[in-house]
Amino acid sequence: MTETFYEVMRRQGITRRSFLKFCSLTAASLGLGPAFAPKIAYAMESKPRIPVLWLHGLECTCCSESFIRSAHPLAKDVVLSMLSLDYDDTIMAAAGHQAEAIVEEVVEQYKGNYILAVEGNPPLNEDGMYCIIGGKPFVDQLKYAASNAKAIISWGSCASWGCVQAARPNPTRATPVHKVPGLPNKPIIKVPGCPPIAEVMTAVITYILTFDKFPELDRQGRPKMFYSQRIHDKCYRRPHFDAGQFVEAFDDEGARRGYCLYKVGCKGPTTYNACSTVRWNGGLSFPIQAGHPCIGCSEDGFWDKGDFYNRLTTVQGFGVEADADKIGATAAAVIGAAAAAHAAVSVVKRIRDKGGNS
Amino acid sequence: MSATQTPHSEEAVYVYEAPLRLWHWVNAFAILTLAGTGYLIGSPPPAVGGEASSSFLFGWIRYLHFVAGYVLIVGFAFRIYWVFAGNSHARQIFLPPVWKGRFWKELWHEVLWYAMLVSEPMKYSGHNPLATLAMHLLFVWFTIFMIVTGLALYGEGAGMGSWQNDLFSSWVIPLLGQSQDVHTWHHLGMWVIICFVIIHIYAAVREDIMSKQSIISSMFSGWRTFRGNGAPPDAH
Repeated sequence: MTETFYEVMRRQGITRRSFLKFCSLTAASLGLGPAFAPKIAYAMESKPRIPVLWLHGLECTCCSESFIRSAHPLAKDVVLSMLSLDYDDTIMAAAGHQAEAIVEEVVEQYKGNYILAVEGNPPLNEDGMYCIIGGKPFVDQLKYAASNAKAIISWGSCASWGCVQAARPNPTRATPVHKVPGLPNKPIIKVPGCPPIAEVMTAVITYILTFDKFPELDRQGRPKMFYSQRIHDKCYRRPHFDAGQFVEAFDDEGARRGYCLYKVGCKGPTTYNACSTVRWNGGLSFPIQAGHPCIGCSEDGFWDKGDFYNRLTTVQGFGVEADADKIGATAAAVIGAAAAAHAAVSVVKRIRDKGGNS
Repeated sequence: MSATQTPHSEEAVYVYEAPLRLWHWVNAFAILTLAGTGYLIGSPPPAVGGEASSSFLFGWIRYLHFVAGYVLIVGFAFRIYWVFAGNSHARQIFLPPVWKGRFWKELWHEVLWYAMLVSEPMKYSGHNPLATLAMHLLFVWFTIFMIVTGLALYGEGAGMGSWQNDLFSSWVIPLLGQSQDVHTWHHLGMWVIICFVIIHIYAAVREDIMSKQSIISSMFSGWRTFRGNGAPPDAH
């Protein structure tokens, strides 16, 4: 039997007072009431640490980079005291066969009792040969590791939606985790973002470990507590949006005055994420605060929606690229011209017919 | 000259009942408002300066769009009620008899009339088959599409737990991809409706002049009058 969270923390010299403080802080950061602090404490005192396998497929490691910058709770607290991160090839000490052996060990020893966290996704073309881990296609490792998992966490936009490697034309057929054919049927939680916010990642893990279940998910499998509102809904530049005060170009007066970035392509109104509330780097800032429009990195297929700096999406088809306005205005102009031409012909015909009658 | 003219005769049929006429014009103004404000929501007017507290321009544009949207929805709901409560003409654009061979034959005649290959159109107290089909496809279905996508977009702002979000956003957004895609489809839908409006107005004006039956004034008075050789067989 593995140690409980509490035992591990005590072994590391953390006092009970500090432990209880930690529980209260965790409850607060999860948005739970004070009554939940003792529940968290009880859970951590009585439950064994759950092993976590953290796999890496086609990805850029930005999720890991984000994760280790978590401030509330600190990533070190999560990694060292809260979860038993048994395998994560980018931050673990072991390497090579030694490291790969751990995957097998966890899958066999903790049947139905470990969490599989996936960063990145598997390419399916050429039998998955575009991503090889330990000499085998990643898709095989993913299916094997998922076989006995209690649940799967899809870290980031890669695992959740596909992200850049799945952007058109997706030559390797990179496929998000929930769409991998033959994947054992396990509950999947999506934590999209490129990368997801550090505090969102640690909070999701803390929640799962503490309550032994997923936080409430929306219809697309994202935790509601962080993905139920758009960047736009809580944006501090929202008053400028409602006032009609927009940045027209990045060097204009509006940009200097911090106006709304809607007209330079901000995807805040169509992006579900917590950037405008939780923010980044310990609550320091987020893209819009730094003067750049949101690119919608936590949304499905955000690479294929055209220019990041245009409000209207580029629509592909018929070998041309145009936005909705260009397509629509062209159609309306053609129909208008056709109506005018038809009217002209009608008039000519009517005059001719009358001329013939009289 | 006057000797060659046929004697002026007029017959009239009561086609559009008062509630339906009222709906038509309310709906027309709602669409006009929705298209105008909708276009501006996609491509906002030049930025206003000053402090955010001194202006609510974009807020008003969006507010107008939402109000006009609800007017259109309530009107459309009434229009569907009127399919059952109104006269037989009220059912026409909702249930085109596509299963009848005659419908398609007469529709072809109407196509030939617009191609100027036949000298006389057939007369109808209601819509001709081509108009019926165009209104059914471009107006009825695209209005439903705009209502559904529109409520889905409204539900995003109204937030989780709102009826717009529960009934529309929750399934429309994943169905079409993501929020941005719903915006794009809603935007394209606007242009379909604009194209329909162009065709609708042109055809109404042309038929009023050329097919010897009243079209435009009928939507004000409710009566369709026929000039020349009498009312169509379906008028009695």
